[in-house]
Amino acid sequence: MQFNIEVNNRIIEVRKGETILSALFRNGIKVPTLCNMKDLSPTGACRICVVEVEGKENLVTSCSYPVEESMKIKTHSPRVVKARKTLVELLLSNHPDDCLYCERNGCCELQDLAIDLNIRERRISGKKSRHKLDLSSPSIVRDPAKCILCGRCVRVCDEIQSVSTLDFLNRGNKTIIGTAMARDLNFSSCINCGRCVMVCPTGALHEHSYLDEVLDSLNNSSLQVVVQYGPAVTVSLAEEFGIKSGKDITGVINAALRKIGFTHIFDTAFAADLAVMETVEVIMQKLETGEGFPIISSCCPAWVKYAEQFYPEVLSYLSTCKSPQQMLGSIIKSYYAPQQNINPNAIYSVAIMPCLAKKFEAQREEMTHKAISDVDVVITTRELSRLIKMYGIDIHNIEPQTSDTPFGARSSAGKLFGTSGGTAEAILRTLHHRITGKELNSLKLQDLRSVSGIKEIPIKIGGKVFKVVLANGLTGIEKLMEGIQNKSIDAHFVEIMACPGGCVNGGGQPFKSGEKDIRARIRSLYEVDEVDNIKASHKNPLINELYENFLEKPGSDKAKQQLHTCYTKRDVLL
Amino acid sequence: MENRIEILLDKYSHSRRDSLIPILQDIQEEVGYLSEEAIILVGKHLEMPTSKIYGLATFYNQFRFEPKGTFHIQVCHGTACHMLGAVSIIDFIEKRLKIKAGQTSRNGKYSLEVVPCIGACSQSPVISINGEYHSKLTAERIKQILIDLIGE
Repeated sequence: MQFNIEVNNRIIEVRKGETILSALFRNGIKVPTLCNMKDLSPTGACRICVVEVEGKENLVTSCSYPVEESMKIKTHSPRVVKARKTLVELLLSNHPDDCLYCERNGCCELQDLAIDLNIRERRISGKKSRHKLDLSSPSIVRDPAKCILCGRCVRVCDEIQSVSTLDFLNRGNKTIIGTAMARDLNFSSCINCGRCVMVCPTGALHEHSYLDEVLDSLNNSSLQVVVQYGPAVTVSLAEEFGIKSGKDITGVINAALRKIGFTHIFDTAFAADLAVMETVEVIMQKLETGEGFPIISSCCPAWVKYAEQFYPEVLSYLSTCKSPQQMLGSIIKSYYAPQQNINPNAIYSVAIMPCLAKKFEAQREEMTHKAISDVDVVITTRELSRLIKMYGIDIHNIEPQTSDTPFGARSSAGKLFGTSGGTAEAILRTLHHRITGKELNSLKLQDLRSVSGIKEIPIKIGGKVFKVVLANGLTGIEKLMEGIQNKSIDAHFVEIMACPGGCVNGGGQPFKSGEKDIRARIRSLYEVDEVDNIKASHKNPLINELYENFLEKPGSDKAKQQLHTCYTKRDVLL
Repeated sequence: MENRIEILLDKYSHSRRDSLIPILQDIQEEVGYLSEEAIILVGKHLEMPTSKIYGLATFYNQFRFEPKGTFHIQVCHGTACHMLGAVSIIDFIEKRLKIKAGQTSRNGKYSLEVVPCIGACSQSPVISINGEYHSKLTAERIKQILIDLIGE
């Protein structure tokens, strides 16, 4: 049912049951908020969204107040603006004064709001909150002193990610956001997905940066600094430099990385092709007996940790293939280094990823050979943009270049790993070829694209049905896991991405990007696929070369040693 | 202890989340505090994340997360006691016993708890050691009480 209300002397149409804030947004009226998030339960925690409703004595929080018939609202009356200003001043009263050094300087919602409300002095001075910086996690740093207790991280962790690591602890002015038994993040059930970092309006949750390590190694002449970048990075970085959202700037990134001083530049999408070859081999072996299904993807490190903690029973279904990042890291040190006569110890392997969990993955014990990490350090898309700016590279005026052989060429299937559904699509293209000896009629598997939530999708291969389940994000994952355990879901392949949308929407991606930008990134990946000449992993000549020269064939002992691993139950407080 | 908690949870076999507070109160009554195991068991029983249980339990003053010491000191921090120096009493005890409010000393002898109001405002500031009240405290008296309790 719809009816009219009056806002700022203008009549707008609203829907019964919606909140004032959502009605205002829909009608293009901007009201600031620090705690509201689309699709999540409203809390009214920050109170910045207050508006004046005629007939009500107090200001009401528009994010949690439903619209009523013949309401008269003022969104920017002097009383409202004054209240908002005071609220922000109160938030700032105990906030650290170190904006210049803050991770979120320039992209902080609290800072923006203070500017918008013209707050130019500290009018209210409170006792500064002193809290220990939690540096325990390799992915996420928690700085409770900067927390404004909006609760976005708590809600996203609980309602979207189904993890529930964070909650409000204590009461009153002692309230902080923390984990069960107030443990440090690394000892909690956190899966390092970084959704909390993406929604945090301040610098209270930010990535664990490894830029200094990268800079040190770049300046160390005895080290060869090798770099790889993930498929979603090349379609996201543009936004950091004011270029149109979603534009693929692979060539520019290659040129910039070379200028910065990385000696070898590889594309992780090459390793995605490798992961496809190995996964297809595993699927083929299981198809022979028809047992051991489903195979659940394991390229998302946040999902892997989730499974280790919450559903150790399904770990046996997890694909033994390492993620593309780790596959490439492994062959760089075990194959490329000896081939080039470089001591693997003298190689510093950097990965640029759209993800925070990748930082954690690189440090896993399973991802080492003879106590050497396959990937030494992982930086995010955001850190890459900082690196480029630090080196004074003008990416608007730089000639695109290609990446280096032998891991530079990729199929566009490998590129699709950057979005939810892409991994399954890439695998099916090669699987179809393995089973039937022919390519798919249409390589574009539209059914696997833009799936929301969890969906079962049957795909016909050579007269038989191959059942795929896509989980785009972890919302509702419990049902899927139960279905797999009690066999009510008989899928062959299950692709799970912890972030809604996949890596394009990862925790290491530019801040300030909205749904439109994410959609542009996804579109861009599919456009790359549209125009590319090599559209399937098994057609990548460099992959075939690698098997000939080193790995023998998919699933060989050597491939198993380098590219496969297994996961075990992880004991944390759930 | 795990056994005692399990028996207790059996009483709540059909309970849902809304029974969380009574369950936690029963456990504290039975065991004296909310241990990590207890929180895990309650989480499994009610299918709730431990973070939510811990979050709720820390909200209320009544729950403690360490066993009580042989001497359990409760300091009243009601309005009247606050006005007459409860904060400095808490500070003094914390420094003297080297524990914070809510903690138990390593040897298990002393524990300190700050409680909202004991209900003896006319006698403020008040503390209670194992149920024995000490009222109208001054700096000198609290010093003497602690000397009597732990020696010089």
